[in-house]
Amino acid sequence: MKEIINLPVQSIEEEEYHINMGPQHPSTHGVLRLVVTLQGEIVKKLQPHCGYIHRGIEKMCEKDTYQQIIHLTDRMDYLSAHINNHAVCLLVEGALEVEVPERVKYIRTILDELNRIASHQLWWSSFGMDLGGLTCFFYGLRDREHILDIFEESFGSRLLHSYYTPGGLMRDVHPNFQKRVKDFLKYNRKKIKDYDRILSGNVIFLERSKGVGVLSKELAINYGVTGPSGRGSGWACDIRKKHPYAMYDKVEFREVLRHEGDTYSRYMVRIDEMRESMNIIEQLIDNIPEGDFSAKMKPIIRLPEGEYYQCVESARGELGIYCISDGNKNPVRMKFRTPSFVNLGVLDKISREMKIADLVAIGASLDLVIPDIDR
Amino acid sequence: MAFNIYDFTSFTQSIDQALYEWLPPFWALLVEMTIIGLVFLLFYAIVGLFLVYAERKVCAFMQNRVGPNRVGPYGVFQTIADFIKLLMKELVYIKNSDKLLFNIAPFIVIIASFMAIAAIPFAKGLHAIDFDIGIMYVIAVTSLGVIGVLLAGWSSNNKYSLIGAMRSGAQIISYELSVGLSLLTIIVLAGTMQFSQVVEMQSTGWFIFKGHIPAFIAFVIFLIASTAETNRGPFDLAEAESELTAGFHTEYSGIKFAFFFLAEYMNMFIVASIAATVFLGGWMPFHIYGWEGFNHVMDFIPPLVWYFGKTAFVIWLMMWFKWTFPRLRIDQLLTLEWKYLLPINLVNILIMAFIVLMGWHF
Amino acid sequence: MNSFTKYFTDIFWGFRSLLIGMSVTGRYFFSPGQIVTQQYPENRKKLKMFERFKGDLIMPHDEHNQHRCTGCGICETNCPNGSIEVISDRIELPDGKKKRIIDKHIYHLSMCTFCSLCVKTCPSEALDWDQTFEHAVFDRTKLTKILNKPGSSIIKDIE
Repeated sequence: MKEIINLPVQSIEEEEYHINMGPQHPSTHGVLRLVVTLQGEIVKKLQPHCGYIHRGIEKMCEKDTYQQIIHLTDRMDYLSAHINNHAVCLLVEGALEVEVPERVKYIRTILDELNRIASHQLWWSSFGMDLGGLTCFFYGLRDREHILDIFEESFGSRLLHSYYTPGGLMRDVHPNFQKRVKDFLKYNRKKIKDYDRILSGNVIFLERSKGVGVLSKELAINYGVTGPSGRGSGWACDIRKKHPYAMYDKVEFREVLRHEGDTYSRYMVRIDEMRESMNIIEQLIDNIPEGDFSAKMKPIIRLPEGEYYQCVESARGELGIYCISDGNKNPVRMKFRTPSFVNLGVLDKISREMKIADLVAIGASLDLVIPDIDR
Repeated sequence: MAFNIYDFTSFTQSIDQALYEWLPPFWALLVEMTIIGLVFLLFYAIVGLFLVYAERKVCAFMQNRVGPNRVGPYGVFQTIADFIKLLMKELVYIKNSDKLLFNIAPFIVIIASFMAIAAIPFAKGLHAIDFDIGIMYVIAVTSLGVIGVLLAGWSSNNKYSLIGAMRSGAQIISYELSVGLSLLTIIVLAGTMQFSQVVEMQSTGWFIFKGHIPAFIAFVIFLIASTAETNRGPFDLAEAESELTAGFHTEYSGIKFAFFFLAEYMNMFIVASIAATVFLGGWMPFHIYGWEGFNHVMDFIPPLVWYFGKTAFVIWLMMWFKWTFPRLRIDQLLTLEWKYLLPINLVNILIMAFIVLMGWHF
Repeated sequence: MNSFTKYFTDIFWGFRSLLIGMSVTGRYFFSPGQIVTQQYPENRKKLKMFERFKGDLIMPHDEHNQHRCTGCGICETNCPNGSIEVISDRIELPDGKKKRIIDKHIYHLSMCTFCSLCVKTCPSEALDWDQTFEHAVFDRTKLTKILNKPGSSIIKDIE
């Protein structure tokens, strides 16, 4: 037991020293612990230690029914709760071969994209804060509040929704939903220009981010870095394009790609993705078809015996769910391939020989959510 | 004893004379020094508390917030409440720290800023001491504070603190040059280093207008360099909250932390008042040549109001910087100084000298 | 020469970008009408939560102190974290039949994750969400609530 807890300390060269970033540190956004080997201010090695917020969600899934699993997935990547829920719903629907109503698909797509914008806004806020521009933090949170209000009006929760159920939705969206979303789009298009003016164009920000933490395309593919971080390196890995689900094969949107692979391109991919998400919502919001908000489902869902995999594009990358069922109402095994965990793996590679201030910027640009890493 | 809000010379001199009449010279000097020290201490506390409140309000408004609004009307007593809280907090003892240096560091920082304030003229005849080389003295004294920061980082026995302290050392030593050189530009124009004369010379027009282009460049450089010298964002690398948790004062608590905190704001006040005195005419009112009526109205506003107004404007500028820009990295910070500010500054002095030689200034 | 002009254009564009950034914060500084902070405890009277807000689980009672809960226990089995306990009783009806009625519907607010499965799956729509959100108490036993009011009974036509 002792060997497991005391991970082997890295060998240390002359004039090097270890420093513990975390578990309590302002820029790790949670309880991630990075043991950084520094020489002066230059990062020589980096060893992430995870598990400080491990809750055993995968194990807990084994005792829950498929409806109950949904509320657990909220708590992995809490910033894209809808998208996590969507993955479980798609898994169950795919296994049972249930056709969900069109209306559900529309609403799910809109909510997913709203959730993606909200997640990117919070990322933008904390990115600005990590670089020392505290005002960004409040601007991002101010605009995110409008999305949370839309969520709250429709289904009464702001962060952890558990709104999707296998087969459809918990309840229909609020009658005000369309109007509110349209108001938000108008508002956000104005505010997103502020983002560019205050941070994206700022000379200090450009100096801090350009050429910092270059992640090459080969490295991104080798390490499986998906999502905006991978697309910043030029790897077209958008699940919405590759394996379309919900309405994504019927709407037109651009897969945002950049090829530099540095912190700045990862940043710009996310900013552009916010705009793309708004485009997607704009195409859908006016023609949500009338109909049921849920398909007819049995009260107790039993998946046929077998193995299933379902992936969705969460705000951080590919969220995959692998499920083994023995025909009972509980899965035998649930495995989540969470994007933050995989993206964390590359942090050591790309932050070597960088300054400690760059490490903070790189960590922020990978957009790690710690409960998503530890599950 | 004539009290005149436009000219404090007779007021201060009458106090001085009265003291020397009552007491033998040594005791009179001692009493005088004590009085001035107490007045400055009080001034210090008030300005420090006010600036903390002002900063919190300014940043709140820039961030679409209200800011402190619970303690007293509009939260004006918030900083006093915070100060009482800091006074009552435990002074945490750090294992394996260098105890003597650890305890001494906050005092060095605060004494350095305390010494600088003595030379600053608040109004006509209202300054503690009027050196012949006042500007030189202020430059020398403000740079002492870095010793306190270095000691604090070293003695805390904390790697974060040490990194912060080393950054601060490199930063202040570099930016000291730019502060000095940008002030030198004005000294070339003024021909004196005495604060009272510098202000006197601006009665016909502030130096930023008199010296037009080079003076303006010097003013901008002084703003940038002095922001860096006071360790404020975007140059707050010594603290660097998101990288080094709190930098050199990570391990300090209670009143010792309050000293660092207060010293930061007092340094900002001193730097702003130097900028106001040297570039913006100190307590001199704003005059436009030829507009007699306008100038007369401006003269009517007391010099203290002018002085504090200009200082507050510069402080507000510095707060605006801090709450807009992201932080620089240490190598970029030094690049900015050595590759941009210093060469521009040197050329700027040359231009200024040439302009003064040709008499092209106003 | 090229690097010489680049030096000055860099300075120009750098300053320009900084001033653009400052114009954003400066604009907000001078427009206090855009402040979004809610003055929370003061606006308590005006503060209205959205009608679907999930604050607290309740069992609505009508004016005759009657509720719709049959005590079937579906909410209890559906709850993922055991925050609902249904204690039911059996009474003998006048016609000799035995009927299950609810004795206590216990709700642990401290364990609830507000997933709404109990409300959704209840066959008789006996549960609903309340909009209260000030849940802080000094004693955690107060977070365990009995949802059916004392002396309440079930509405007649619900089976």
